[in-house]
Amino acid sequence: MKITLDHLTKRFPNRAKNKPDVIAVNDFVVEIPDGKLVGLLGPSGCGKSTVLNLICGLLKASDGRIFFDEDDVTNIPAEYRGVGIVFQNYALYPHLTVEKNIMFPLENFKGKDKLTREEMKKRALEAAKLVQIDQLMDRKPAELSGGQQQRVAIARALVKQPRVLLMDEPLSNLDARLRLQTREEIRRIQRETRITTIFVTHDQEEAMSISDLIVVMKDGVLQQIGKPQQVYDDPVNLFVAKFLGTPPVNVFHGCIRAGKLYVGEDAILLAPGMADQEVWCAIRPEGFTVDAAGPLRCGLSAVEIMGRDVSVVATHPALDSVQLRAIDPDARRMDDEADAVRFAIDPEKVLLFSKADETRIRCELK
Amino acid sequence: MENRSWKGWLYLLPAFLFLGVFMVYPLIDVFIYSFEEGYNSASQTAYGVGLYNYEYVLRDPYFLQAVKNTFILVAITVPLSTLLALGISLGISSIPKLKELFQTIFFLPYVTNTLAVGLVFMYLFDLTDVTPGLINVILGLFGMTPIDFIDGPYWARMLVLCLYTVWIVLPFKILVFTSALASVDETYYKAARVDGTTPGRIFRKVTLPMISPTMFYLVITGFIGAFKAYSDAVALFGENLNVAEMNTIVGYVYDMLYGEGGGYPSFASAAAIILFVIVLTITCINLLVSKKHVHY
Repeated sequence: MKITLDHLTKRFPNRAKNKPDVIAVNDFVVEIPDGKLVGLLGPSGCGKSTVLNLICGLLKASDGRIFFDEDDVTNIPAEYRGVGIVFQNYALYPHLTVEKNIMFPLENFKGKDKLTREEMKKRALEAAKLVQIDQLMDRKPAELSGGQQQRVAIARALVKQPRVLLMDEPLSNLDARLRLQTREEIRRIQRETRITTIFVTHDQEEAMSISDLIVVMKDGVLQQIGKPQQVYDDPVNLFVAKFLGTPPVNVFHGCIRAGKLYVGEDAILLAPGMADQEVWCAIRPEGFTVDAAGPLRCGLSAVEIMGRDVSVVATHPALDSVQLRAIDPDARRMDDEADAVRFAIDPEKVLLFSKADETRIRCELK
Repeated sequence: MENRSWKGWLYLLPAFLFLGVFMVYPLIDVFIYSFEEGYNSASQTAYGVGLYNYEYVLRDPYFLQAVKNTFILVAITVPLSTLLALGISLGISSIPKLKELFQTIFFLPYVTNTLAVGLVFMYLFDLTDVTPGLINVILGLFGMTPIDFIDGPYWARMLVLCLYTVWIVLPFKILVFTSALASVDETYYKAARVDGTTPGRIFRKVTLPMISPTMFYLVITGFIGAFKAYSDAVALFGENLNVAEMNTIVGYVYDMLYGEGGGYPSFASAAAIILFVIVLTITCINLLVSKKHVHY
C-alpha cells in the first residue's frame, strides 16, 4: 500500500512556559511507494520516531494529512489503521508464551472478523514459520535470545496481516553479529510478504544495506529521499553527505580560484568554468589513491590494516576535522614510517557544497 | 576466598544478635510456655507439661469469639481493601493532572494516628443522647431508623470495625499499587492499542498480569496484618473488648497477659501459637496459589 505524508507537522508544547512549541516533524512531504522497504534515517532526536508514531496513529498530527493509498487516515485511531508495529524493546508480554503473544492481536478481532481458536493457532503458526520461530511456540519471552524475541515481535506485528509494517529501531538492541543476520532476515520477510515496511534507524549502514529507499531527515525536516546508493553518490547537502557512509566523508575548507579547486595550498582538481568562491570540499574515503606525485599533500598519522581494509589516516591543514581517513587497498605496501603522504583524487568522489547554506554545488571536476 | 568468609559472618553478626535475642529466643520461649501448665512468671515455675493450655484456650468462649471476629475481619477487609486500592490507583494513574494532589490526599490516613482516627470514627458512628452521629443523620435522610453502631447489634459493630480497618490499610496499598502501575512499560500499552485491544482487555491481559507480583505481596501482607489486628478494635470499642464481643486473637493474647483478670502467660502463649499456625497456613496457601498466577 502506498503511504502519502502530505505536509505532515507535529508540534509538542514546550515544557518551559512561554517558549515556542517544539516542532518535532516539520512540513513533511513524502510518498512511500507500495511494497517497498523504506529506511527512515536521521541522527537521534531528529523526529523519525515521531513520524513513525504519526503513521501508526499513536500520535495525532498537528497539521497535514496522512493517506494510506487513497484513504485519509489522519483522524483514524491507531486500532483501526491496520498497522503492525515492532518496538525497539519488542514489548512482548512477559507472562504469555510465544504462541499467545503472536495470537494476541487476533483475539481482538470482533464481529465478522472473529476467528475460531483453531484458525488463530493456524495463523499464529504461519507467522511463526515465516520468521522461523515455530519451534519456540511454548517458550516465554524471557527464555528467548534477543534475536528470537525480535522475531516474535515481527510475527506478532504480521499475524493480523497489516497494511503497513512499522519498525522502531528494530536492530539497536541486538549485538553486532546478530544485527547483520537480522537485517537480512527483515529484508527476506519483507520480500516474502510484499508488505510496505518503514523502519526507523540512526545507523546509516543498516539503512543503506537493506532499504529500497531511504528517507534522510534532520531536525524534523526532510533532507532527501531516494535509493541508498543514489543518495550516497548524489547528496543534496553537506549534512546528508556527512551522515551517509562509513568511514564518513572527509570535509575540507576549499576554494575555487581561476578554474582550479584548491584545498589549502594544494590545487587538487580542475574546475573549468566555475566562478571563484569559497566552498566545502567533501571527499569520500575511497576517492583517495596514494600517489607519490599526487596533488594533495598530507601528513601521515597511521596506516591501519584490518582484514581486507586498508585505511590511511592523515592530516591536512585545510581539513575541517582533525584527521582524514582514506581507504586505498594499495596502501598496504606503503611505508608507514614516513612523515608525509600524497594522494591523487578521484573527481567522481568529490562533492562541493556552498559555504553559505551547505547546499550542493553541482559542477564538473577533472 | 574461604579465609575471608568469617568476615561475612562478622558483618552479619549484629543482625543475628538482634534477631536472636528479640525474635528467635522469645519465639522458642513462647513455644515452651504454651506447653507448661500453670506457668508463673514471677516464680518461674510450672506444675507440669502438657496440652492443657491449648485445651483451655480452644474451649474459652472469649477465644472462640476472638477467632470468629478475626476471621470475619480478614475475610471482609483483605479483598475489599485490595480491590478498592486497585480501583483508586487505576483512577489516580489515569488522570494526568492533579495526580500528586490525589496521591497525597489518599496517603494522609497512613500518617494519621490510629487512635485519633478511631475517635473520629466514634463521632461519625456513635449514637448518643446528644446526637445520633453523622452517619445516622445521613441514613435518616433515606428514612432509616438510627442504628447504634458502637454499642448496638453485633453486625453493626463489625461493620464499623471493618470499615475502619479498610480505611486504615487503604493508603499503603494505594501507594504500592500506583507505583506498580507506573512501572509498567508504556510500550506494552502502545503495542496493545495498535493491535486494537479494548481497554477492558488491556486491563485483564496486560495490566493485571504485570502487577500481579504486587497484588500478591499486598494480599499476603494484608492477611498477616488483618490477623494481627488489635489496636483498631481498641480505638473503636475501648479496652474491654471481650465485653464488646469485638475482641481479636491478638487482643485475647494481650488480655491474657495484662488485661483485667489477666496474668496467664501460658494461655497467652498457647493462643499466640495458634495464631502463628493459622497465619503460617494461610500464607503457605497464598504462596501456593500465587505460584500458579504470578508470572515472574
